[in-house]
Amino acid sequence: MTDVAQPQLGALGLLRFAWRQLTSMRTALFLLLLLAVGAVPGSIWPQRGIDAARTADYIAQHPTLGPWLDRLGFFEVYASPWFAAIYLLLFISLVGCVLPRTRVHWRAMRSRPPRAPSRLERLAAHAETEVAATPEEALEAAREVLRGKRFRVHAHDGRSLSSERGYLKETGNLVFHLALIFVIIGVAIGHLFGWKGDVIVPVGQGFANTLSRYDTFSPGPWVKPEDLSPFSLTVDKLDATFEERVTGRGQFGQPRDFTAHVTATDQPGGTPRKETIKVNHPLEMDGASVFLLGNGYAPVITVRDKAGTVVYRDATPFLAQDNNYKSVGAIKVTGATPKQLGFFGLFLPTAVISQETGPSSIFPDAKKPALALGLYEGELFPEGRPQSVYTLDTKQLTQIRNAKGTDALRIWLEPGQTYQLPAGRGSITFDGVERFAGLSIRSDPGKGLTLASALLALAGLIASLVIRRRRVFVRVSPGAEPGRTVVSVGGMAKDDDDTLPEAVGEILDAVKRRMGTSR
Amino acid sequence: MTNQLLAQYANTSLYSAMAVFTLAMLVYALYLAALVPHRDRVAAARQSAHERDELLVGAGVPPGAAAGGAATTAAGGDQAAAEPVRPGGEEVSVRGRKAAGIAGTLTWLGALLLVLSATLRGLSVHRWPLGNMFEFAVFGAMFTALAFSIWSTRRDLRWLGLFVTGPVLLTLGLAITVWYTEAAELLPSLKSYWLAIHVTVATLSVGLFALGASASALYLLRDAFQRSGRPSVLDRFPPARNIERLAYSVHIVAFPLWTFTLIAGAIWARQAWGSYWNWDPKEVWTFVIWVVYAAYLHSRATSGWRRQATNYLALAGWACIIINYTVVNVFFVSQHSYSGL
Repeated sequence: MTDVAQPQLGALGLLRFAWRQLTSMRTALFLLLLLAVGAVPGSIWPQRGIDAARTADYIAQHPTLGPWLDRLGFFEVYASPWFAAIYLLLFISLVGCVLPRTRVHWRAMRSRPPRAPSRLERLAAHAETEVAATPEEALEAAREVLRGKRFRVHAHDGRSLSSERGYLKETGNLVFHLALIFVIIGVAIGHLFGWKGDVIVPVGQGFANTLSRYDTFSPGPWVKPEDLSPFSLTVDKLDATFEERVTGRGQFGQPRDFTAHVTATDQPGGTPRKETIKVNHPLEMDGASVFLLGNGYAPVITVRDKAGTVVYRDATPFLAQDNNYKSVGAIKVTGATPKQLGFFGLFLPTAVISQETGPSSIFPDAKKPALALGLYEGELFPEGRPQSVYTLDTKQLTQIRNAKGTDALRIWLEPGQTYQLPAGRGSITFDGVERFAGLSIRSDPGKGLTLASALLALAGLIASLVIRRRRVFVRVSPGAEPGRTVVSVGGMAKDDDDTLPEAVGEILDAVKRRMGTSR
Repeated sequence: MTNQLLAQYANTSLYSAMAVFTLAMLVYALYLAALVPHRDRVAAARQSAHERDELLVGAGVPPGAAAGGAATTAAGGDQAAAEPVRPGGEEVSVRGRKAAGIAGTLTWLGALLLVLSATLRGLSVHRWPLGNMFEFAVFGAMFTALAFSIWSTRRDLRWLGLFVTGPVLLTLGLAITVWYTEAAELLPSLKSYWLAIHVTVATLSVGLFALGASASALYLLRDAFQRSGRPSVLDRFPPARNIERLAYSVHIVAFPLWTFTLIAGAIWARQAWGSYWNWDPKEVWTFVIWVVYAAYLHSRATSGWRRQATNYLALAGWACIIINYTVVNVFFVSQHSYSGL
């Protein structure tokens, strides 16, 4: 019997031991520091969740180190098992620490302050004086003083008072820690039920909040895309201004303001209303917020066939590559005959051509826009695979060469210009420049809870740091002469409290003053 | 848009502040020099050191303790409030006391010149002057100097003076040379009232952490010397225990401010970038700093931890702030790349 029972007991004991270790302050501290250290790699190495392209670049550039770092989760630190292990252990430790303390604190708040020690002068702070009053009067005065200072007072006998204050300190401490748990719950709700989608909308075009309309859409695991609220909006105008006057270091050409003027409609058939979206001013729609996170140029391009019939006409977004909006893009003319045509190349808002760097832009605003394009023909969408709108899949395309056949065909277009394509392929016209708005539409149902919990945590933190928990005892004894009483006040604090002696002194002074006025 | 003349005046007053802080630093050094006992008096000083420490325990903590077991009087409290107690009491030479007085006044002047500089800078760009590393540094130094000066009116902090004016001067020097950015408008993502809230509180908090770090470092030094028994000018500082308490009291003001910085930053990030937490390097480091200082507060509340280890944690937190301000701002790819460098 005992042979069987013993290992069971051992396992339980071991569990209890592990639990005690985990919930000890030493472990909590260790985990806290581990959390700090664990978070650092995510700031050093590019993170896949933030910038997938840069991460891929890094791995490509570091063929030995990169894959190992990848295996260890250094490119997805905040989603890695080891990081999760740290914060989950920390929160288990936190719960294991806070819940018992809540129980203890609950009892302490409902119980009376303990009996006064017999020798108050042994406490951390002590002061004594003699007053001209009876012990009863002195005790009554002390009681009123302590009550006035918001102490909870109890008399265990007729010669002493026990009092305590600062219960809110521990309350604040517990509120702080419990609120942190709710912060995590809020974050989790955001991850599970939140979603975000990005879409590029050229000026003059519209957007409806349906899954198919998004360029990229990343829903949380418990999101139903068919439940998206059916709002829509049209981008009427996009204002962009850049620094032109200040020429100091790092200032010329800096963006100064982006404003998208939109017409928003809450549901199909609803009343449209005019709104603006700025960088720090998102548009709040039903169930989602619309942020203006990017912008760029969408040159309006028309492609005609040999007969002059329009086969393509669109404001085509080009993706900015640098601060001066040197942008890359592609024009995919699927309706061209006999073969599909694919233009690719650069849009330059303020174009210059230099010998060293080729075509580039020297200012972000459209001061002297130009298109520098090359041309491919063939099949644009081999096997119908999805592809980026900014690049061509050249697997089944052939590049068109210039008339002499010496080099690839290069097309340079400024607004209003038309270029006749060689061998009767038609023409391309650069009609003008539009801007596009890069909109990000996001929904995070957990953010309210997270914010409220974070503010509650802050309030709890302040209470726990500012409030001092003290016990003050008052003892009276007959003085040397009749009618006089020795009042002795002693104080103790739960932790390091350098103003305790001052506070004890003040209490004694207040008692004396009260005796003085009563006579 | 920007008024370059006002920006020039702002820089002039910044240079003046630096000159004033240089003087303050030198005079504080003189004060410390005056504290050093004469070589032939070292032995005597060592003998009385123990006595004096006891006296200081009484002087450093408020009068209730000073009075000890004897009857406490209200007069004691008033006196302490009106006239800050001094380390070493009467033993500070007249010259030393004069030096400290001058240095204190100079520090006030320097702090006010920094306020003027920041105000002029703000007027010259028609915005809250916290848009780049240069401006953060000036604000942080201003808060450190102001907090020290204001606190000095309530406590005797003359021993700390050199270790505050020195770092302040160093920060200003770096700001005006390495981090200097022309007065200009802000990027669209910075144009928000949250700039005034989030960044002001962040710099205030950093300014206070700087004071805390100085005090923690001095505590560790004082403690090491105190235990080794070697005589040094540190013997004339308040007892290690008092310095440690002082460091703690600064940290518990700075920490909630840092917590607020974190929350306000998250609110602003949600406005500007669409998500309240993006694991941006700057956010990560703000969080790391928060966690390290949280560890400091926990370890101080844990009875098993030595106070020395606790204060090393505070210094680790300060090191993280320095890394956050230099390495992260300049070298890491971040959405917080507003350094203007």
